[in-house]
Amino acid sequence: MSKKKEAKKIVFESEKEMPAVPMSLGSMLYNKTGAWRNIKPVIDLSRCIKCGICWKFCPDASIDIVDDWPQINYVYCKGCGLCAEECPQKCIAMVEEEK
Amino acid sequence: MSKERKMTLTIPREEYMSPGHLACQGCGASLAMRLALKGLGQKTIVCIPACCWAVIDGPFPHSSLDIPIYHCAFETAASSASGVRAGLDMVGDTETTVLAWAGDGGTFDIGLQALSGAAERNDDIIYTCYDNEAYMNTGIQRSSATPIGAWTTTTPVKHYKKERKKDIIGIMAAHGIPYIATASVAYPEDMVKKFKKAREIKGTRFIHVFAPCPAGWKSRPEDTVKLARLAVQTGYFPLYEIEDGEKWTLNLKVKERKPIAEYLKLQGRFRHLKEEEIALIQQEVDARWARILKHCGL
Amino acid sequence: MKKVIMGNHALSYGAMLSRAQVIAAYPITPQTQVVELLSEMCADGTLNAKFIKVESEHSAMAACLGASLAGARTFTATSAQGLALMHEMLHWASGGRMPVVMGNINRAMAPGWSIWADQNDSLSERDTGWIQFYCSSNQEVLDTVIQAFKVSEKLMIPSMIILDAFALSHTYEVVEIPEQARVDQFLPPFNPPWRLTPADPHAFGGLTSPDHYMELRYKLQKDMEKVPALVEETGKEYEKLFGRYLGQVEEYLCADAELVFVTSGTAGYTARVAVDELRQKGIKAGNLRIKLFRPFPFEKVRAILSRVPKVAVLDRNISYGHHGIFYQEVKSALYGQPSSPLVFGFIAGLGGRDITRDSFQEIAEYTLSKNRAEEEIVWIGVKK
Repeated sequence: MSKKKEAKKIVFESEKEMPAVPMSLGSMLYNKTGAWRNIKPVIDLSRCIKCGICWKFCPDASIDIVDDWPQINYVYCKGCGLCAEECPQKCIAMVEEEK
Repeated sequence: MSKERKMTLTIPREEYMSPGHLACQGCGASLAMRLALKGLGQKTIVCIPACCWAVIDGPFPHSSLDIPIYHCAFETAASSASGVRAGLDMVGDTETTVLAWAGDGGTFDIGLQALSGAAERNDDIIYTCYDNEAYMNTGIQRSSATPIGAWTTTTPVKHYKKERKKDIIGIMAAHGIPYIATASVAYPEDMVKKFKKAREIKGTRFIHVFAPCPAGWKSRPEDTVKLARLAVQTGYFPLYEIEDGEKWTLNLKVKERKPIAEYLKLQGRFRHLKEEEIALIQQEVDARWARILKHCGL
Repeated sequence: MKKVIMGNHALSYGAMLSRAQVIAAYPITPQTQVVELLSEMCADGTLNAKFIKVESEHSAMAACLGASLAGARTFTATSAQGLALMHEMLHWASGGRMPVVMGNINRAMAPGWSIWADQNDSLSERDTGWIQFYCSSNQEVLDTVIQAFKVSEKLMIPSMIILDAFALSHTYEVVEIPEQARVDQFLPPFNPPWRLTPADPHAFGGLTSPDHYMELRYKLQKDMEKVPALVEETGKEYEKLFGRYLGQVEEYLCADAELVFVTSGTAGYTARVAVDELRQKGIKAGNLRIKLFRPFPFEKVRAILSRVPKVAVLDRNISYGHHGIFYQEVKSALYGQPSSPLVFGFIAGLGGRDITRDSFQEIAEYTLSKNRAEEEIVWIGVKK
């Protein structure tokens, strides 16, 4: 399990390193989907009521709970805007990504 | 500002799906998997046939789930799951839940025969159809789960889909399996509860999950949950359960159903519909709602 | 213990003695007795296995594969149309390295409907990555099932055990049924190098890019190439315990032969009788029966046939627009060898037409009268 959680891309140099079947040996964490984003959610924690709704609806499991606060994981957040749309406090703004 | 307040968690905190997966932005199917696994827990093996999730999970040698996956052939979600169940039983693992996780094409169309077979045998599996109402993985072709009126790449606007969506719940209910439920990504508590409940039941369990697809529905990614909620609030996709083929329960009693137009207008796939066509769809939704209420004794 | 049993029951006993744990099957003539007996064995506890009575052959193989990946020893049986319906899943079995063992009763493909013997069903699955064994007696069927499990599980490649419809499937012969304890000694429980388990979660069969796919297929071929030697080794081990040797081919009086028949299945048995008759007439005939067809036993075939002047290959099958399939394969194996015989191809017995001693007399006369293969195909017994 711990091996699965490494954010490292597995690259095979030779068939000898490969298993005989196509089986997973690591997680998708290497794939930093934050790069897909054009707009990014920014939470105004001063207005956050900790309802957990943004965390609950994230299709990318990219909102973490850190010290009991929601925190966007920008490494993976694809910028779909679902959290901002569903936030009852409207305290998540979708901000243009600077590239 | 409420620093002292604890964060409200209405569903389990544990995650069995990693970020980094390959779903599109605002994908209902990936949210569905995340929620389902919160209900089922890590002692689950999932059989995934050809469908969006065959790609979402990620390429060999990587996976985005912390549970074992058997990527199986398109029409074999149910038969593969039956086999996995039997195999586990024979090697002494009677505890692990076996989940079949298929799209609407794999369920309503190509996998229906195997699903019917497993249900008739009452094999001990949970079969979940995450329904995005077309063959989304291959590029939005119509399936028998595509609703009347919808545009797809094989039902172009001039010949939009004229046939009704297949009544998969009716088909499954006719098998008399112990548990059938509908669930929606817009109602995570209800959905997680249903997966937890299903986990404790023996025999074939069927869960029909409504999973909006922004790419295929031509909707905004941020509207995924809103659309799923509207589907419930309009009575288009009611949340209900059927136990032992007999006992129907409406889980969410929508007092004043919203007009179906509110749901349709947020989706580009219905943009071509004229008022009279929308009225016909409304009639169909009303009739189905009435039928379900009757079954539920309401 | 000796018993008089039909070929289909030899498959059932083989699966029982191998302690198959999951069986998923769908009925088709002429396979039905295989699964009828197995379902009785499961019902009365003779065999501790789960029998999944599926709604199609496609689901039968799919269920076997799921069970195999979960770590169970699995068995199924089918024939003709059922095998064709399984086609997609046969690739899944080999590509997924799931060592299912399956009995296939050779039956002609429809239309017109035919339930009689013909090899086109199994030979249409030649390229699916399965080991294929062709049998000519009920004893061989039973012994092959047990050895196939051993070979398959060692290399994680599925095996198909093939017998002719009726000529073997429904023919009763005396069969020595080995003792369970000795079979257990020969065949340990299935313990795969990977499996579906939440304790060590892996995703099997995911999207495989052009960066990796070819290496996986290379590895399958490399393991396939190990089969002939393993069949020999396993055969010797089996012989020590049970006194019967399987091997890749059966050679009958080939050493001094001027003409060797190449045969498979029950025709291989008839051929031996024909060889004896020809020898009484002073014609030095021999018979080479191919038991292991996939992988092809190149070395054996080359070693035996390269010292023979003339070879007549009998096919109970046809690749339309080409030749009989065994004929193609034998020629391909001999091509470019330092010395190779004249090879003639004959097609007989399609759709269950009898292949008799007379058929071989005709083949022998033709072959001995020609100095080259003038016709692409020589048809035996067609009402022209």
